[in-house]
Amino acid sequence: MSKIIVQGTAQGTVLKTTSPINFLGAVDKKTGTIRDEKYDIFKKSIKDTVLVFPHGIGSSVGAYTIYSLKSNNSAPVAMICTKADLTVASGCALANIPMIVVSDEKFDSIQDGNEIMVDTKSENIFN
Amino acid sequence: MELTSEEKAALNGEHGDTLQTAYRILVATGEATNAEKLIPITWAHLSGVNYNTIGDAGEQFLRELSKDARVKVKATVNPMGIDFDHISEFKHIDDEFIKKQASIRDSYIRMGVEPTFSCTPYDIFDLPEKNTQVSFAESNAAIFANSLGGLKTNKESAFSALASAITGKSPYSDLRKDDISTPMTIRMKMDNPSELDFGMLGFFAGKVGDTSVNISGVSQPNRRSCKALCGGMGTSGTCAKFQFVDTEDTTSEKIDFGKEEMNEVFDELNTAEKGDIITLGSPQLGLDELSDLSKMLKGKSFEKRCMIFCSRAVQEQARALDYINEIERAGGEILSDCCTCLTPLIDTNETDAITTNSIKGAYYLKNSTGIDVNLKPLVKIIEDETK
Repeated sequence: MSKIIVQGTAQGTVLKTTSPINFLGAVDKKTGTIRDEKYDIFKKSIKDTVLVFPHGIGSSVGAYTIYSLKSNNSAPVAMICTKADLTVASGCALANIPMIVVSDEKFDSIQDGNEIMVDTKSENIFN
Repeated sequence: MELTSEEKAALNGEHGDTLQTAYRILVATGEATNAEKLIPITWAHLSGVNYNTIGDAGEQFLRELSKDARVKVKATVNPMGIDFDHISEFKHIDDEFIKKQASIRDSYIRMGVEPTFSCTPYDIFDLPEKNTQVSFAESNAAIFANSLGGLKTNKESAFSALASAITGKSPYSDLRKDDISTPMTIRMKMDNPSELDFGMLGFFAGKVGDTSVNISGVSQPNRRSCKALCGGMGTSGTCAKFQFVDTEDTTSEKIDFGKEEMNEVFDELNTAEKGDIITLGSPQLGLDELSDLSKMLKGKSFEKRCMIFCSRAVQEQARALDYINEIERAGGEILSDCCTCLTPLIDTNETDAITTNSIKGAYYLKNSTGIDVNLKPLVKIIEDETK
């Protein structure tokens, strides 16, 4: 069962990590590049991707990082998590980035590098 | 989530853009935490004050918002990037930073917040009575409030706490209820742990725990260690509450935190054998910590630069009690309204590595400031770095 946290439609290439993301520490707010070498997506950019990750962690200011990414045109077009945390949910709400919480099975089935469509108003959210 | 007709009207924009934005944030965070309704809160502690972290987008957002947004309940704020009283001593900070930081400060003040600029509101104010609902964004403060202060808060985000300050409301999420499930107990296996060990325990607990964890094998730690635990925990995970337990229950999952687990955390965050400068205070030091420090420094002097961060309110009290005199005589540099984490006062062109006892500080120095870290407990710092 998917749960919609922030409404919207988007299309993009999946960037998937199994690591929870600390937006404040790990993401460059200007470019969207992951700058913490602990991540399996180190040096990759989250810009214009459908970012698929378990959930956010760490600093509450990560919400501003998400908002800054959007203002700098470096934000993901959508975010998909298995658990919603307040930092990611509120950052996406203010930045108007569609955000969806999915089951572990659905999470596992989403392939890195695939092109997907997200439409929270449609019956099948993912296409 | 069920909204009252008043809340629905605000969400639909009938009471203006500011309240609409605030309710949009509250609804998203409410959905995210499976809350069934919004409830009143009496105190919001806001993060997102340092220009270094919120940037131009954040500065502009707050400037626009503060044109008509006003806080509805008591609101306190996190540290800024700099100490305006000492800024002329830091030549590497450019005018643009100072201008933008002043704008952020002024936006918050315009909205009616108390200008505390501290990550340790629990060191400045008496806490309200037990079970009071508050909205604390700063992660160490939220964990402290839930675990040691007897208050109830989500581990709020910068925006959810801001929305709470403006509306006086927050989603009634699990953490705000009395029966939080705590399915994990961490068994502390270290003897005589230092505050650094407690910071590492917190960092480990934040990684393995979910919303709330039990910690066994710990006898009442002092306040410095408690703050280190809260700081470490807030940095690494989503965990927002812990409780010390004497006897282990039979139902929860048990995980040991011993030498091996500790070394793993240490190796992740300790990247240098020595530091060029020392920083103390992440979270900012409280009055009792400054008192301890002044006693430890009697007859000694730092052999290198030591930056010590505490809130303005605590600094004033500590000056009146003469603690600061001794620390400054020993060469300590007292800074307020900012903190080790993410302050640009640390000049990365001049500094390769920093010695600190803070796990939270270490994480952000390494990952955000981009500087190596040498971790040591305070006793060892005084032993090695003073004469």
